[in-house]
Amino acid sequence: MRVTLFVPCFIDSLYPNVGMSMVRVLERLGHTVEFPEDQTCCGQPPFNSGYWEEARSVARKQLAVFQNAEIILSGSGSCGAMFKVFYPELFHGLPEEAAAKAHAAKTWEFSEFLVNKLGVKDLGARFDGRATFHDGCHGLRELGTKQAPRELLEHVKGLELVEMGEAETCCGFGGTFAVKYPQISTAMAEVKCNSIRETQADYVISNDSSCLMQIGGWLNRNVGSVKCLHLAEVLASR
Amino acid sequence: MSTLAEAPRDQFQTDANRTATDDVRRLAVRRALSNYQTARNRTGATFTDWKSARSAAATIKHEAVNHLDKYLEEFERKFTARGGKVFWASNSEQARNYILELAAARGVRSIVKSKAMTGEEIHLNPALLAAGYGVVESDLGEYIQQLKGEAPYHFVFPCMHLRRDEISDLFEKELGTAKTDNPEELTMIARRVLRRAYIDADMGISGGNFIVADTGMVSITENEGNARLTVGIPKIHVALIGIEKVVPCLGDLALLLPMLATAGTGQHLTGYNSMYGGPRQPGETDGPEEFHVVLLDNHRTRLLADPEQRDALHCIRCGACLNVCPIFKNIGGHTYGTTYQGPIGSVITPHFRGLQDWKHLSGASSLCGACTETCPVGIDIHHHLLRNRRNAVQEKPAPSESLVWKMFAFLMRRPALYKFASRFAPLGSMLHPLIERTALDPVRAWTDTRDFPSAPLRSFRSQFKAHQAQKAAAISQKGGAK
Repeated sequence: MRVTLFVPCFIDSLYPNVGMSMVRVLERLGHTVEFPEDQTCCGQPPFNSGYWEEARSVARKQLAVFQNAEIILSGSGSCGAMFKVFYPELFHGLPEEAAAKAHAAKTWEFSEFLVNKLGVKDLGARFDGRATFHDGCHGLRELGTKQAPRELLEHVKGLELVEMGEAETCCGFGGTFAVKYPQISTAMAEVKCNSIRETQADYVISNDSSCLMQIGGWLNRNVGSVKCLHLAEVLASR
Repeated sequence: MSTLAEAPRDQFQTDANRTATDDVRRLAVRRALSNYQTARNRTGATFTDWKSARSAAATIKHEAVNHLDKYLEEFERKFTARGGKVFWASNSEQARNYILELAAARGVRSIVKSKAMTGEEIHLNPALLAAGYGVVESDLGEYIQQLKGEAPYHFVFPCMHLRRDEISDLFEKELGTAKTDNPEELTMIARRVLRRAYIDADMGISGGNFIVADTGMVSITENEGNARLTVGIPKIHVALIGIEKVVPCLGDLALLLPMLATAGTGQHLTGYNSMYGGPRQPGETDGPEEFHVVLLDNHRTRLLADPEQRDALHCIRCGACLNVCPIFKNIGGHTYGTTYQGPIGSVITPHFRGLQDWKHLSGASSLCGACTETCPVGIDIHHHLLRNRRNAVQEKPAPSESLVWKMFAFLMRRPALYKFASRFAPLGSMLHPLIERTALDPVRAWTDTRDFPSAPLRSFRSQFKAHQAQKAAAISQKGGAK
């Protein structure tokens, strides 16, 4: 299968290993991975801030870039939700509506794609350690992704997976919310990180690097002992 | 709470600074809501199919909200036929004046009031007190808040933020009672005061959970029996209810009452569910001599006129969205500075009280969607927050923020420029420690409390390019070897 990667802007610059891990996992499964060089950002930051016209102008660019993709694979549930759920709303009643819907239909979140499109759960990965999984809210509630990442992690040899308390509580990232209301965002991070610490896990794994930026940012500042990993990084480990 | 003169947004930010770090209060609220969640999960599980129940409830409310004129008039007809009076109040002032004039005309001296968020919404108590009437809140939580001189903290659990010892201290100070740690004793103290208030009152004011059109009745749901005494003992009963509370028929309550109880408190049914159909009828021995229903619009029709967000009028004020909201749990109810706290309040307050003044509430959300997921009547709560943000910008963009997003979009539409700019990310990361957490730090709002990740030397783009080149080289080598 030809898989076209969407690597969100912040993963491109800050977490390149997440993208490369996705490439490794997909290539091991025998798929052709492509990465259109002209992709930039999904447009979620201005969209969430209320600047839909600006978001549209960015989104139009991505519609064009991914026009010929068969599968658009997103390494972030949040950007995946932007494509899948919010593009159709953003272009509702506009000439690009059909293109936005087509774009949405071929977009997949990484774990959902592996489990529910490819039917793969065991990637032959090995990762030694105790870990807990954090559900990014956009993946969880906009895309309905809950079981797929867990099924994948259950097949990772050496990995002990423990659920944290209040697992479905938001980490407090929320995009620009994190800097517009830093006091609330930080309080939410603290609650989340305390749930993580209570599991005594060495690692917190998520399918969304934006949550991990928040969780890791708080943990590094305050604790320093729990490491953050993207699901793809764990699945690519041997 | 902060002073009234402060702009709502400033008040919110200032209060959030304080409440988000109030560890004692945050823990108390989380504990209380964790008990709620346990009860709710247990009760919710007894529904054969919660999702279908929720969509059936949404269908009932959709029908009612989209035919408000028909159902409200049907209610009025049936209710007045039994001697009730209906007053249509367009705004707070009309509602307040109607009640004040009625009280004056009937020579009312003291008033007892059961829980009504509409009363908070129109600032009824201050108006009644200013006009010289004694008003006593009869719901225990509301009574405590009234003694404390504070607005309700949560529109279902008014004093959920208070510990038992704080309530005991309050009673000691205001009522002169002895300290106690026993909840029953605390309740008995309030009960003694409140029993007197029912007997003394000439007027009882209530809210209403549902207005039933086909029987012309008002449905009130409660756990303490205080509403029954409030509306049953005084000679005049006034129910102040939002127009969106109407449902087409009595049968609808067979679903809505258990759903309200489950979502609101985790109960199968609340302790008392009463239907009030009019004043005392000939031959009856109890009940009020007069029964007035004040139907409150107060900008609900503004929300009705918005087809995108009209479903916010489905709200049955169960408070479930507050109970699951991580923002509410961390900043508490008073920080919102408004009658309706939490996610649903952040959706409707900009419609009720002005978008520009209250848009910050829609901004103060991580959009996690826990509210929408839990809502028993299927309101698209967190997406409405996005729509409020959009509407606020369309109406009046903020010049500086507008410029930021225009520049952002300019960059993101130009891949070459974007690629060029992102090459500086590693350099930025290297220099960032020099200015981190100083006034020059562009991400200080982040770095004050959290570490910012540093950009590795090679972006994904460049790594992928190298990876592809390596693969191509390997293939051509293989080809060459043949």
